[in-house]
Amino acid sequence: MADPILSVQQVIREYGDRVRTRALAGVDLMLDQGEFAALIGPSGSGKSTLLNIVGLLDRPTSGRVILAGLDTSNLDERALTAFRARTLGFVFQFHHLLPAFTAVENVMLPEWADRGIATREMRVRAEAMLQSVGLSDRAQFKTTDLSGGQQQRVAIARALVRRPPLVLADEPTGNLDTNSSEEIFELMRRFNRELGTTFLIVTHDPRIADRCDRTIEIVDGLVKSDHVR
Amino acid sequence: MPFQWFVALRYMRDARGQTALILSAVSVGVSVIVFLSALINGLQSSLIETTLGSQPHVTIRVPREEPRPLVEASSQRSIARLIQPASQRLRSIDQWPVVMADAERIPGVTAASPTVTGSGIATRADARLPIVIRGVDPERFLAIINVPRKIVQGTFDVSGDSVVIGSTLATDLGVEVGDKVRVASTEGIEEVMKISGVFTLGSAAVDKTWVITSLRHAQSMFALPGGATTIELKVAEVFDADRIANEIQSQTGLLADSWMALNAQLLSGLSAQSSSKIMIQVCVVLTVALGIASVLIVSVVQKSREIGILRAVGAPANRVLAIFLIQGGVLGLIGSFLGSALGVIFSLLFETLTSGPNGLPRFPVQVDLELLAGATLLATGVGLITAVIPAGRAANLDPATAIRSG
Repeated sequence: MADPILSVQQVIREYGDRVRTRALAGVDLMLDQGEFAALIGPSGSGKSTLLNIVGLLDRPTSGRVILAGLDTSNLDERALTAFRARTLGFVFQFHHLLPAFTAVENVMLPEWADRGIATREMRVRAEAMLQSVGLSDRAQFKTTDLSGGQQQRVAIARALVRRPPLVLADEPTGNLDTNSSEEIFELMRRFNRELGTTFLIVTHDPRIADRCDRTIEIVDGLVKSDHVR
Repeated sequence: MPFQWFVALRYMRDARGQTALILSAVSVGVSVIVFLSALINGLQSSLIETTLGSQPHVTIRVPREEPRPLVEASSQRSIARLIQPASQRLRSIDQWPVVMADAERIPGVTAASPTVTGSGIATRADARLPIVIRGVDPERFLAIINVPRKIVQGTFDVSGDSVVIGSTLATDLGVEVGDKVRVASTEGIEEVMKISGVFTLGSAAVDKTWVITSLRHAQSMFALPGGATTIELKVAEVFDADRIANEIQSQTGLLADSWMALNAQLLSGLSAQSSSKIMIQVCVVLTVALGIASVLIVSVVQKSREIGILRAVGAPANRVLAIFLIQGGVLGLIGSFLGSALGVIFSLLFETLTSGPNGLPRFPVQVDLELLAGATLLATGVGLITAVIPAGRAANLDPATAIRSG
């Protein structure tokens, strides 16, 4: 069997100096290449903390996160940023596009921010990506002129433009109506099938969670259940 | 385009109102600096020009005569001494052509002129007035003090028995060009001279006393055949005069006075003026700096979520830092261009509005490229430096927290 794309080993995350609260109390989790998994749990259970740690936006108090075969605990801030840029894609609840930029510029951002200089190929790739989410006619629009569903599609294009092996989605449909939620879900499903991208999706929505291949439930900072359908 | 430039410029364009506001603040600040400097520089250089219009930059003359002992002490004889200051007579500089040639070779010296300068009395009818007789070699002297430009009547001609005199002296004697006047030197030698021109150099003492004649003429009037009592120098950089004077003094053993030593009061006035100018500039710079800093800090706070996203999707901290440094620098740079233009307009307007009835400016302003370049560098530097704190804050934002709470 191939190495897992993500391996979380005994991750503990504590906050506070005097009064220590444990957000994660020793989480073990593995995701294989191409999995499509939902991460569920009540609010305050530690889902977001886990997602931040997997997304290399936060570091565990103890334990290890091995991403694409690399142990990330020894990377410094700079290396972590570069590694994050090439290995991970992010989809946030509130799309989090940059309002001052056009759709295509937003999609170019991950590569542009990482490499420093915009190239012709970057733009071409970003435009192709927008096309594959069905927004080629909106490329030059300011993101504030797009609908909620369109904005989230741009965000998905941004997350996938560098073909990262793992995409982390934090309530990607949390802010959308049923139709748009459906569209976004299908889009992620399609990229999962076509590109083999692994998805880890934090969601409250049981309809979304039920349609994922695997459901991991976190309660009180521990993995409570983990089924594969 | 580099990522950080693109984002910085886009942010500035996007927040047009804020950008315009801070640009106007920077422009006003820079224009105050430019205008104030232009005005004070103009005033100072016109003051210096007036002062130096009637005096050489450096004057070399013989030192005072030391008291000489009448009897020397020896092993056989001890003596009690009563020292009295020696009386000073007009003396020529020894080997003055050599001294002058040496002085001319000092770097920074642009002209040298030998003169015989002494006192005398001018007589015309009932008027008997004290005068300063200046015997000069016209060609050399005019390189030091440009008298022909200040001639108000007649021409500058000191050949033969012709003399050129100050305008106040001319009025006091009641003479005009073509009139004759009797001149006696302190050596008791008297001559009748013809006035060929009258000048106004702008210095009351000079215009009231100077009688300019030829070097040869003055030599004979003071019984100093072939001599020169002073050598006068012009230097390229007027504020180097002190240094050059000291150099000559230590090389030759003669006295060398710079205009700076002779006008210490004027210089201390100028330096007080310069200090107050600097004070005002520092305050303006501080105000501009605080303005830029506060706008950028607000912008960092407003954009903290966006910064978190940029960091999350792969922008390294140093690029985020650069985004805000660039904004500070660009605000300073553009502001200084606008401010320089505004400052120049103010200056010219001021000069026109305050000009005298003859159309000449009463307060000449002096705008030069150096000043504008300085203001530009200053404002850009201030923009960059004040952006450091907000930029540092942006670069150090924790992406996870910023995205969640921003």
